[in-house]
Amino acid sequence: MEPLDLELEEGELELPSEPMHLNMGPAHPAMHGTVRIVLELSGETIHKADVQIGYLHRGFEKMCERGTWAQVFPYVDRCNYVSPMLNNVGYALAVEKLCDIVVPDRCQWYRMALGELARISDHLTCLAAMGMELGAFTPFLWLMKGREMIYDILEEETGARVTHSFGRIGGVAHPPTAGFKKMCTGVLPRVISLVEEAEKLLLKNRIFLDRVEGVGIISKADAVALSWTGPCLRSTGVSYDVRKAHPYLKYDEVEFVVPVGTGGDNLDRFLVRLEEIRQSKSIILQSIERMADEGPVNVDDPRVMLPEKESVYTTIEGTIQHFKLIMEGAKVPKGEVYSYTEGGNGELGFYLVSDGTGTPYRVRIRPPCFPIVGGLGKLITGRMLSDVIPTFGSLNMIGGECDH
Amino acid sequence: MAATRTVAIEGSESGFATTRFEDMLNWARKYSLFQYPFVTACCGMEFMSLASPRFDLARFGAEAPRFSPRQADLLWVVGTISQRQAPVLKRIYEQMMDPKWVLAFGTCASCGGFYDNYTTLAGIDKIVPCDIYVPGCPPRPEAVMDGLMLLQDKIARGDRTPGIVKPRTDPALTTIRKKHTEDDAR
Amino acid sequence: MSKLVLEKLAQKFGAAIVETHSDHGDDTARVTPAAWKDICRYLRTDPALDFDMLVDMCGVDYPERGATNERLEVVLHLYSIGRRHRVRLKTRVGDEDMDDADLDSVTSIWAGANWFEREVFDMSGVTFKGHPDLRRILMYPEFEGHPLLKDYPAQRTQPLIPYRTEAEAGLPLDKLAPFREDEGMSFGRKAWGTPGEGEPS
Repeated sequence: MEPLDLELEEGELELPSEPMHLNMGPAHPAMHGTVRIVLELSGETIHKADVQIGYLHRGFEKMCERGTWAQVFPYVDRCNYVSPMLNNVGYALAVEKLCDIVVPDRCQWYRMALGELARISDHLTCLAAMGMELGAFTPFLWLMKGREMIYDILEEETGARVTHSFGRIGGVAHPPTAGFKKMCTGVLPRVISLVEEAEKLLLKNRIFLDRVEGVGIISKADAVALSWTGPCLRSTGVSYDVRKAHPYLKYDEVEFVVPVGTGGDNLDRFLVRLEEIRQSKSIILQSIERMADEGPVNVDDPRVMLPEKESVYTTIEGTIQHFKLIMEGAKVPKGEVYSYTEGGNGELGFYLVSDGTGTPYRVRIRPPCFPIVGGLGKLITGRMLSDVIPTFGSLNMIGGECDH
Repeated sequence: MAATRTVAIEGSESGFATTRFEDMLNWARKYSLFQYPFVTACCGMEFMSLASPRFDLARFGAEAPRFSPRQADLLWVVGTISQRQAPVLKRIYEQMMDPKWVLAFGTCASCGGFYDNYTTLAGIDKIVPCDIYVPGCPPRPEAVMDGLMLLQDKIARGDRTPGIVKPRTDPALTTIRKKHTEDDAR
Repeated sequence: MSKLVLEKLAQKFGAAIVETHSDHGDDTARVTPAAWKDICRYLRTDPALDFDMLVDMCGVDYPERGATNERLEVVLHLYSIGRRHRVRLKTRVGDEDMDDADLDSVTSIWAGANWFEREVFDMSGVTFKGHPDLRRILMYPEFEGHPLLKDYPAQRTQPLIPYRTEAEAGLPLDKLAPFREDEGMSFGRKAWGTPGEGEPS
């Protein structure tokens, strides 16, 4: 520093300064526990951001190579744990594509209904967490109440609240319960009314709007170049939804609209998810109306489906089939396939390589939020520190999926 | 380790005042646990459900999450801890002040779960001492409340031995018992 | 699916396309590593193909192909939002010890390739030439080896901090666990090279 007794003009005296390094570490309430952002700050403005993930890497792909094809379902559940049914259905469709199996219609409607219920619970969690991190605790409690109602339905159907492991190659684990349709038609309007109440609290609130509107903007071209998909991409104006562009299950037979945003900022992502909840409700109601009340729910293919318990205990063929499927796994034909569905965050893809045995050779999950978090650095550079919170919240990073 | 403070009061040879003081301290501690939710994975969903109106955690006094280890006395380790996250967890634990307790929420925190691989820490008790293990993948919110109540009992008794939350009754015996009474009724 | 993409590739690059197939409706082309970046740039810029989104990139390990320098297969999935077609591009690099596992980076063509290539490097050991920031993404920097290679044992851990010993814990560490280290599982930990409790790594 220059000595102070020199005659200096006001504008010439420069204070030495250097940027401050701040670590928004993995143990941080707004980082969803598993992301570390190393920031270079000048005051409150971010000059550089290094987003480090991998704190929840659980070796999903390596674990899949150690079991059978059907033993992957519990692992895949825990990838996107806010909408596990979508993961189950996505993986089951991938293996079925490799085996050239098409499940019966009843199963397709059932999988669609369960998947959309999971999507609603995913969006509810994202919106609730986003509000809570900005200080709005009440909408969090109301939306959690709505999510509990959906968990009740899923518990009744699958047996578990969060990680169902309900999908099977060639169908689902159990047929729909007798009360499924009644539960859905009774619960969904209540969930929507809770969403409307939370909406009223947030969308006209000056504080909320100031913190999310115009913050975290990304352009269409950037989002596509960064491999974004799902609600985050649709908020920029690109209307790419796997359910419309490449329909699977029965999505081409139901009517729904894909909400598309304009600005690509946090508010757009929030609104796109809000509208998707309503569209999912409409899809569920249409699916359960079209779903038959009786009929087979699993495909009748002895290569992949377990036989009925009675025939396992009484006939030798049943016993052998059961034994081979459990001990050696379903013998999926040799080959490779890439199968994609619309997960909660975007295009959830599975690239499977089979060597003809019952153990997968390679299971690759294409996590929708991996490239989305890859774009986070670009979104927050140049913004202020407190903009990181709503931006990161609106991306809906799910640690299990991003770090697989 | 629980800090034991003895208060000597004149004339109390039996130690009546000291034990009552300890009891009162423990009562205060158990009903005002400030939790540090170290949430990583799927168990976080059940944790959020616990904090929600239906499975209300506030009625146990353990509502207030303190996101700074300096202000918390109960470390909830919710979800899988990977080898990369382990030093972070240890540091958070070391930053907490005595008396402190650790609750391993879920199978992954208790023993690594079914992630027996190169990247998962097989249970947090490999790096921090753990007081309550709540198994489940994820455990039902009721199981976690059981764990919290078990922890509160342990705090009240000053007991530092680790405990596992088990079902209240053996499910197999329950079914047999029920069948027996149905047959009897016929 | 129409064969437009595969036909145009074969027309333009001829010898560099080693083999193609369209099993299960997925157009796939395996190319030589030397032509990787040129083919990617062509797929991105050609107006009839217009592959503007890199969907996924991963590595698959085939150790038995190490002798012919084809151990690691890098698989790239591309999608065109405007034209709605997909293609899978594959190439093979690396010998038995994963030396010479180099490939050109495509981050200048698709910005999203940055993290995908870091992941392939981290998990499978392929080095991408020209990548702006090639370091581990899912594993920690001190980790040695590449976990998704078939010869990395799934259970070999490399702990960052030493585990607690019995002396520290004050009670036998196997008091609660129903299984001892050599019970239950059919293979023991020592075989995988994980240091035992209290042993130096």
